[in-house]
Amino acid sequence: MNRSLFIYTLRRADDLLILSHRLGQWCGHGPILEEDIALTNRALDHLGEARNLLTYAGSIEGKGRTEDDLAYLRMEREFTNAKLFEQPNGDYAHTIVRSFLFDAFHLPLMQEMQNSKDEQLAAIAGKSVKEATYHLRHSSDWLIRFGDGTPESHDRAQKALNDLWTYTGELFETDPIDQELVKSGIAPDVSSIRSHWSKTVDHVLNEATLKRPADGFMATGGRKGLHSEHLGFILAEMQHVTRAYPGAEW
Amino acid sequence: MGTNITVERVLELLETVKDPEIPAISVRELGGVRDVRVSADGGVLVIITPTYTGCPAMDVMAADIKSELLASGITDVNVELTLSPAWTTDWITDEGKRKLKEYGIAPPETTADIRALKGKAPLVECPQCHSTDTVMLSAFGSTACKALWKCNACLEPFDQFKCL
Repeated sequence: MNRSLFIYTLRRADDLLILSHRLGQWCGHGPILEEDIALTNRALDHLGEARNLLTYAGSIEGKGRTEDDLAYLRMEREFTNAKLFEQPNGDYAHTIVRSFLFDAFHLPLMQEMQNSKDEQLAAIAGKSVKEATYHLRHSSDWLIRFGDGTPESHDRAQKALNDLWTYTGELFETDPIDQELVKSGIAPDVSSIRSHWSKTVDHVLNEATLKRPADGFMATGGRKGLHSEHLGFILAEMQHVTRAYPGAEW
Repeated sequence: MGTNITVERVLELLETVKDPEIPAISVRELGGVRDVRVSADGGVLVIITPTYTGCPAMDVMAADIKSELLASGITDVNVELTLSPAWTTDWITDEGKRKLKEYGIAPPETTADIRALKGKAPLVECPQCHSTDTVMLSAFGSTACKALWKCNACLEPFDQFKCL
């Protein structure tokens, strides 16, 4: 098995799976009906992407683990998502800012991953890129509306941005696994993704009249399975049915 | 029946397999069937492609294809999923688009639409009164494939099949 490819694929899958779960928690709680539907639609899109990646990770590993095994039967320390995605939903500004920071990263990542030398990653990215385009439009539109809206919405958006900025560094971390896959043409180089991301962030924040926070301390550890206290609660909720009724089907 | 199975016969049978969320249109009209292969011993392989990544209807469609073919007497049926090339709304047949409209869902524009190329909002015709004085309320609708629109002429809301 290509262990680096397995870990890389799992990291991409875990980001999407955990974000999907967080967005799904808005179901029935959205501020307006259209947004309730929008967030749950996005949750479904991310879940679909995560499923493609988890299934692929399972096949790379070659031990017969399915997408369900990987989603429902791994422990907290085995999850490799960045900490940004496990952060609580907070108010709507927090949820939108979290998705915006991700979308601005995800779209260029998928655009470049379409050219991956790994056929399956390229195929998965080719599907994701279409949806990532309107995800970014959705979160950008709302961020501009909040930032350039009332003093209250502006302050909340700015606060969310200040709170979550510390989690953006992890998106661009690299370790020998990433470097090896960049070299073999399988993974996109994150330094190029970062410059796309930075440009999108500046452009949208400028239109939203929001201030880009300075890069200070950046949270880290998620890729190694070291998480904030929030992930355990997410997994408890997400996994308890599978664990209580092993092998159940309906 | 074994060796009497032909690709044409299978395609004909697939006409009756509908999208569970939009029963007006078949999986074939949706452009979801990429290939049908019949082996010498009568085994049938249907290759389908998912429409939207998170579409929960895909699993149902795969199961429906299998049960439809089994019910017709074919004993060896396999359904496989392929991701590449990625599905596009351009693959929905003209007949499919007509049926969507009849069902009350505005069909997608083509990706080569000049307005799409220029990054402008698409011109969407109201499936009720055919006015093009319409506005998108939300890019997300009742299913993964639809956006929510409103007609300014007849004031009715309607679904549009998102161009992908």
